[in-house]
Amino acid sequence: MLTKRIIACLDMDAGRVVKGVRFKNLRDAGDPKECAAAHARDGADEIVLLDITATSGNRRTLLEAVRSTARSLFIPFTVGGGIRQLEDAAAVFEAGADKIAVNSAAVRDPALIGKIAGRFGSQAVVVAIDAKKVNGSFEVFVAGGREPTGREAVRWAREAAACGAGEILLTSMDRDGTQVGFDCDLVRSVAEVVSIPVIASGGAGSARDFIEVFGEGRADAALAASIFHFGMENIAELKRELNDAGVPMRWPC
Amino acid sequence: MIAIVDYGAGNLKSVRKAFEYLGAEVEVTARSEVVASADKIVLPGVGHFSSLQALENAGLRKPLLQGISSGKPFLGICLGMQWLFEGSDECHDIAGSRLFPGKCRRFSPSVKSPHVGWNSLAIQPGSRLLRDIAHNSFVYFTHSFHAPLVTETAAVSEHGLKFAAAVERDNIFGVQFHPEKSGDAGLTILKTFCEVRRC
Repeated sequence: MLTKRIIACLDMDAGRVVKGVRFKNLRDAGDPKECAAAHARDGADEIVLLDITATSGNRRTLLEAVRSTARSLFIPFTVGGGIRQLEDAAAVFEAGADKIAVNSAAVRDPALIGKIAGRFGSQAVVVAIDAKKVNGSFEVFVAGGREPTGREAVRWAREAAACGAGEILLTSMDRDGTQVGFDCDLVRSVAEVVSIPVIASGGAGSARDFIEVFGEGRADAALAASIFHFGMENIAELKRELNDAGVPMRWPC
Repeated sequence: MIAIVDYGAGNLKSVRKAFEYLGAEVEVTARSEVVASADKIVLPGVGHFSSLQALENAGLRKPLLQGISSGKPFLGICLGMQWLFEGSDECHDIAGSRLFPGKCRRFSPSVKSPHVGWNSLAIQPGSRLLRDIAHNSFVYFTHSFHAPLVTETAAVSEHGLKFAAAVERDNIFGVQFHPEKSGDAGLTILKTFCEVRRC
């Protein structure tokens, strides 16, 4: 039976893993390579590395971090942040990523999804969507959550899937870093209309939150950062608890 | 030397990296003479079945089949395993190698497709490739089409229906999942392949 995935996310700024609350107030959480290896040992099913500043000056730092992290990582490894064109994606794959995550650039130019999928396969293209509740519906934001787009999240997810995305990484900006639980309404509304896997993100705080997002939220995978970095919830403990609660898990790993 | 056949279908870096991590001597190649001189052959690949056309275009089909019939250990990964069958509903114009009977089919619409994530392996008795991993070990899959169950099935997985997650006969091995992305279980499988002797 296909298991639900627990994905550890590393937000990176200038070569260091950081974590904020609602996309702000960044705290240092360590070296990407060491964080990734520690999470993999603990039972993470995948690692996502997001370059959250993604300025052009940071590209070299990002590629270096991808290279050193990928070297001894033997679980799926996704890299995102600042991928604006096919060449950016190619450089990240060349450095050792298995999948890339595109966000702002895909909103600007949805054809980019198909271009990357055409060369590297749909399985290698994750479309990341940052959504925030505005006037009762979920609106897509880009540029690290700074710019509203006027697009509706569910409709954009469906379009991204049609363009060739292999997975949707759906982040609730309202819940990011708050540890008050995933936004199950948001996740379910997307998971019900796309046939590709949906990764829920934003708000993980306890094992109960994961049980809810896999059940009520219909998520295929759930991603968390804060709780893992600061040792509040060990991945191994979390997976054992979810397994005991009847959620299909890769456990023991 | 293990030849990792590069026919432009996807990213071969992780396959190469995993073998190198295990200390194997590998060469990523698109040249038929390198394939012919290798001790073992790995055919990776992700994506659409039609990308196997590139094997024909590069003149690699013949050296692959010659290598296999000479008894060299061969490992097909993902699309590389599907190539071992007669073909796929994904693309009727491209023939597989027909080393195993049957065609690859799409997953039922009642389950999520592509099948992405970690699933367990019901390992069949006598498998040589999977001898060192535990029954029900989890491995990482990402695919939309699946190979049929055949008498040479070495492991069965389930996603809406049961399908062949691994096949093997003599020197020919195929895995639908990605051992290079399957943590310790996957590395163990690749290590076993490194140790397999030619027939």
